[in-house]
Amino acid sequence: MILGVAWSTLGELTLRHLYLAGLPLLVGLLLSLPLGWLATRVRWLGPPIIAGTGLMYTIPSLALFILLPLVLGTRVLSDVNVLVAMTIYTVALLTRSVADGLGSVPGPVRQAATAMGYGELRRVGAVDLPLAIPVIAAGLRVAAVSNVSIVSIAALIGVSQLGQLFTDGFNRNAMGPILVGILACVVLAVALDAAIALVARVLTPWLSRRTPA
Amino acid sequence: MNTLALTWEWLTDPANWQGSGGIPAQALEHLRLSFVALLVAAAIAVPAGLWVGHTGRFRWLAINLAGGFRAIPSLGVLFVAFLLLLPRLRGDLAFELPALIVLVLLAVPPILSGTYAGVEATDAAARDAARGVGMTGGQVLRQVEIPGALPLIMSGLRSAMLQIIGTATIAAVAGLGGLGRFLIDGQASRQFEQMAGGAIAVALLALLVDQALALVQRLVVSPGLAHAAAAR
Repeated sequence: MILGVAWSTLGELTLRHLYLAGLPLLVGLLLSLPLGWLATRVRWLGPPIIAGTGLMYTIPSLALFILLPLVLGTRVLSDVNVLVAMTIYTVALLTRSVADGLGSVPGPVRQAATAMGYGELRRVGAVDLPLAIPVIAAGLRVAAVSNVSIVSIAALIGVSQLGQLFTDGFNRNAMGPILVGILACVVLAVALDAAIALVARVLTPWLSRRTPA
Repeated sequence: MNTLALTWEWLTDPANWQGSGGIPAQALEHLRLSFVALLVAAAIAVPAGLWVGHTGRFRWLAINLAGGFRAIPSLGVLFVAFLLLLPRLRGDLAFELPALIVLVLLAVPPILSGTYAGVEATDAAARDAARGVGMTGGQVLRQVEIPGALPLIMSGLRSAMLQIIGTATIAAVAGLGGLGRFLIDGQASRQFEQMAGGAIAVALLALLVDQALALVQRLVVSPGLAHAAAAR
């Protein structure tokens, strides 16, 4: 027990939280890669894509959790609502990062790859995307941290994760569980952030080689 | 009848558009709370951000504050504030003050980092030129750095306002007024159409306020700067 919360409960809720915040990061990344690429590739599509995905971020999370069952036909308590909502927020944050990252690849680099016989798709995959990793990773880290924070709000509609410690504590007038929940959320956010930073470093070995240790 | 039709019926029912508990009254209450929180946060964060940007002092704090605060779950902080303050306050203030404190706390970091980044992003050549023609530090700040920082200050204010509107919705759990009431009361009485109708109203309010601030941004930012940003 820690401040009135059983360790097993804390572990269970943390895993649920990681699942609800983490899976949308992966799906959101997979969706924003083609969207961001399209925004840089087709000039007139850029502004509507960036503005449109950004607009989705304006919808307050509690409202989105409640509205998705109407749109998706899911049950109110279904995990799918939270997963889809978090994917929407991830895409809203990441599409701009992907477009910025791909846009920051120097023209001469792109021309050299084309001169070496790379086709458009192969060049984007093998040259542009790896060079854009630092910018995309920075966006993904922001999305990861804010996803962990936003997911906790789903406790208000009865989807269990660390946020449940907030509602439980509040209903019982007990500060302990709320503090444990806040701390667990922050630790989870920091851990996800560090994990993404680590993966980005491993994927961009040329960057760490350039700076002398 | 399906839930979509029930939600539409709830939204178009004239009874829900009247009185102190109606949609317009709650929307106004939501707006009032949000603007009070935004004004207080801006009164703290804009001067602080200008000072940090102008002098370069406490840069690390401005950078880390915005990122670090994002990790703190607002629902938890809100409940902590209520548990701490509710027993000590009386009347309407008991619900409003804890919520306002949390809303301001959430809104300060994005405004601070936007303002600081805006001042720092001001064209160095323009700043040097202003010093060169003999402007004092205050004049450089007022006539060059603040106008130059306005686009980023405004985007900081916009993201702060979105945070505030979203979190004010949540604060209804602890008795605060505003559109969040429909979401929370609807859940308590198992009326999904009320929850969904309230959710649509909140989403529309957030979109409208964000677009209104975007319009303000277009009006206050000098045309030369807006042009330069578009060309970039």
